[in-house]
Amino acid sequence: MADQTVHLKIKRQDGPDKPSYWQEFAVPYTPGMNILTCLDEISKNPTTIRGETVAPVAWESCCLEEVCGACSMRINGVPQQACSALVEKYKQPITLEPMAKFPIVRDLIIDRQTMFDNLMRVRAWVPIDGTYDLGPGPRQTAADQRWMYVLSRCMTCGCCLDVCPQVNPRSDFIGAAMINQVRLFNHHPTGRMHAKERLEALLGSGGIADCGNAQNCVQVCPKEIPLTQSISEMGRETVFYAVRRFLLKPDVEM
Amino acid sequence: MAEEKKIIIVGGGLAGLMTALTALEKGAVVEMVSYVPMRRSHSVCAQGGINGAVNTRGEGDSPEFHFDDTVYGGDFLANQPMVRDMCYDAPRMIYMLDRMGVTFNRTFEGLLDFRRFGGTLFNRTAYAGATTGQQLIYALDEQVRRYEAEGKVRKFEHHAFQSLVLDRDKNCRGIVITDQHTMKSEALLGDTVAICTGGIGLLYSKHTNSVACTGSAPSRCYQQGVWYANGEFIQIHPTAIPGTDKCRLVSESVRGDGGRIWVPKKANDPRPGREIPESERSYFLEEKYPAYGNLVPRDIGSRELFDMCVNQGMGVDGKWQVYLDVTHLPEEKLRAKLAGVLEIYEKFMGEDPYHNPMKVFPAMHYTMGGLYIGYGKDTNPKADLPADWAQYQHMSNINGLFVGGEADYQYHGANRLGANSLLSCLWAGRIIGPEAVKYMDNNTLPPLLDTTVRDAVKEQEDAFSAVYKMNGTENPHLLQEELADEMWKDCTVVRDNDNLKKLDAKLDELLDRWEHIGLTDQSATTNQEVFFIRELKDRFLLAKVVVQGALNRNESRGAHYKPAYPERNDEQWLKTTIATFDGDRNPQFSFEDVDISLIKPRLRSYKTASHGGKEAKEPAAAESKS
Repeated sequence: MADQTVHLKIKRQDGPDKPSYWQEFAVPYTPGMNILTCLDEISKNPTTIRGETVAPVAWESCCLEEVCGACSMRINGVPQQACSALVEKYKQPITLEPMAKFPIVRDLIIDRQTMFDNLMRVRAWVPIDGTYDLGPGPRQTAADQRWMYVLSRCMTCGCCLDVCPQVNPRSDFIGAAMINQVRLFNHHPTGRMHAKERLEALLGSGGIADCGNAQNCVQVCPKEIPLTQSISEMGRETVFYAVRRFLLKPDVEM
Repeated sequence: MAEEKKIIIVGGGLAGLMTALTALEKGAVVEMVSYVPMRRSHSVCAQGGINGAVNTRGEGDSPEFHFDDTVYGGDFLANQPMVRDMCYDAPRMIYMLDRMGVTFNRTFEGLLDFRRFGGTLFNRTAYAGATTGQQLIYALDEQVRRYEAEGKVRKFEHHAFQSLVLDRDKNCRGIVITDQHTMKSEALLGDTVAICTGGIGLLYSKHTNSVACTGSAPSRCYQQGVWYANGEFIQIHPTAIPGTDKCRLVSESVRGDGGRIWVPKKANDPRPGREIPESERSYFLEEKYPAYGNLVPRDIGSRELFDMCVNQGMGVDGKWQVYLDVTHLPEEKLRAKLAGVLEIYEKFMGEDPYHNPMKVFPAMHYTMGGLYIGYGKDTNPKADLPADWAQYQHMSNINGLFVGGEADYQYHGANRLGANSLLSCLWAGRIIGPEAVKYMDNNTLPPLLDTTVRDAVKEQEDAFSAVYKMNGTENPHLLQEELADEMWKDCTVVRDNDNLKKLDAKLDELLDRWEHIGLTDQSATTNQEVFFIRELKDRFLLAKVVVQGALNRNESRGAHYKPAYPERNDEQWLKTTIATFDGDRNPQFSFEDVDISLIKPRLRSYKTASHGGKEAKEPAAAESKS
């Protein structure tokens, strides 16, 4: 980097019902810096480029190594994890904004509770009998593990929802991440026994029919989960299920 | 008891989630408190795997060998009966995780695969790529969500623990928490509380922990009279990626799967690592430890790396870093087993680890010490405690207060073996749920006075109000940097009494300067600065426990290495350090004998293979415990 400072333009908002406003900061650059270390520097010296002392920027983070999904924000317009956003890779001034599809709490902090509520809606778990000893689980092939493992890395970061045109105030579309979860749990040998419940959720309001096939989701997933593949798979499964349900009412088995 | 039995769990990582499950299965009502949504807890960072002597690789492994490896790895400081119980249950816990859908790696026949890890010669670590903690916490989080869907769990995410509510007999009756967004404090009342808040990484500048590892919850408990044990035992992991905000872990499993540590034979060799031929590389761990090679336990690995770089000046490019090399391993195998951690290296270092040896250095990683817990026996007959407290496993010295996971001090002794942490978190959860319910069944507590609760909440509200009035000149983030840098410098791998004394004095200075902090954020909502300032003071007080404990212990054992006293001294120091807050700033120390009834202490040296020691029995049939 030719410059020894990093110039940031940050969209701030003091609270949920307050107006948003921009502030600009310049922080000293060190090699290997990421967006969150820039925000740390602001906390040490919260002064804008105009010399105004302000409250430090508020942001959400936890692991700092891109496995927890906490620090999602829009950097130069694209939703991603801020901890792994190395400053060298971005055109300056770097703009930071909260993800747009979620209610804002303060500054870069948003409320993603809908995602966790939707994990409940799609019953994203393997229903075990209990934690007591029942011996080993069912055998599964290494080939299955290879793709299921990739799906299991979803960290509920919300980036896929943020870029989805179908996720907006007029819809309750659950989004790519949730459809992906259904694919994972419906494939597991025990999960498969309860696939019907998850498919019913996908066929309900805000379910898979709301996907408009924009394919933005797969481009921003930080874990490179093949989201469109999952959506396509589940599209197939829900169609077969819906047909069977129609033909074999009332008790269709999977 | 006619009333509902409630357990309040602080911390939503593996230990907290597992505690919730076992408590729910026993019919308890559960409330959970966490800084972050549960599945973002620090457990998510664990990489390498979870140990259990499942023995599906035809090696003749057994829980008895696992037990011995653990006790030996801990340099005989762990109370042995609990370790034994944990190791014997480990295979069953791995099976449980399997049934929950954890995407563990598989063998040709579709069974769980096991890899090798530090401090053992057996392949007993079940793993999901190189992100095992993530898959494990997601599985448990999913199981708890199932109960949440049935209305049996109340979650208080984005809340911070402030204090315990203690009645006049000093029984624990609940906690005070504060909402990180509304900034409102409230009391959660229940007769059992479990602290599962993990480790204290933020005391150090070079750590592998998360932002959530503030050290505040254990410090507040300690400040309220809960004993803190073995504080001086801090694990430094040998291989982490150097960084300013944190040192991202490079899992031990990289070495388990064949990664090799080396430095160029020529000091300050200017060539890039991949261009240095084999003959000019020093694979120093393999040379010095023929049996365990790169998989010596972490305390030994960290000391050797430190010595090579700091004392001998042989680090790569003259810096404090060594090479961890996987370039000789087939790429397909690396992708199947280690992709998660290699991609972290690539993202944060900007270099391709598949074709270039990685540069790593030790970093603070795990807290062996923690809040004191009993193990169901009268461990300290001389203590002035209510007679029945010792009956309950995992209960602290305060009735009704349980501790589990990294937050407790048990199982790992003076040094933790890799892949035993995920195990001890789950094991603690196995124990605490039923024990908490048993405690509630056996005890009818006196009615809790409203004034007790109101006073507890008011105390926290007043403390927050006081922070809002702070208008001095000190910046809390700079004070944090000073704390963390000094602790890293003088209280990690190498300990020296003069430096420790100076460090303790520095902590006093920081406590004084804390009073002169100026608050930069007056917002009445989502005020991260206010929380940070209060947690910072908690860290200063807890750091004193660590530093003074290290100062007192004049021996070297496990992770605690003092060159002035280089040998282990069982006669004087085979005991647990217990710190009790004096009410002002300092800990007062007492000691407790260690239960070594099952395995006799022997010399710990990884120069030769340990096959369970002479005292190891034949693998016995596992007895069902608890």
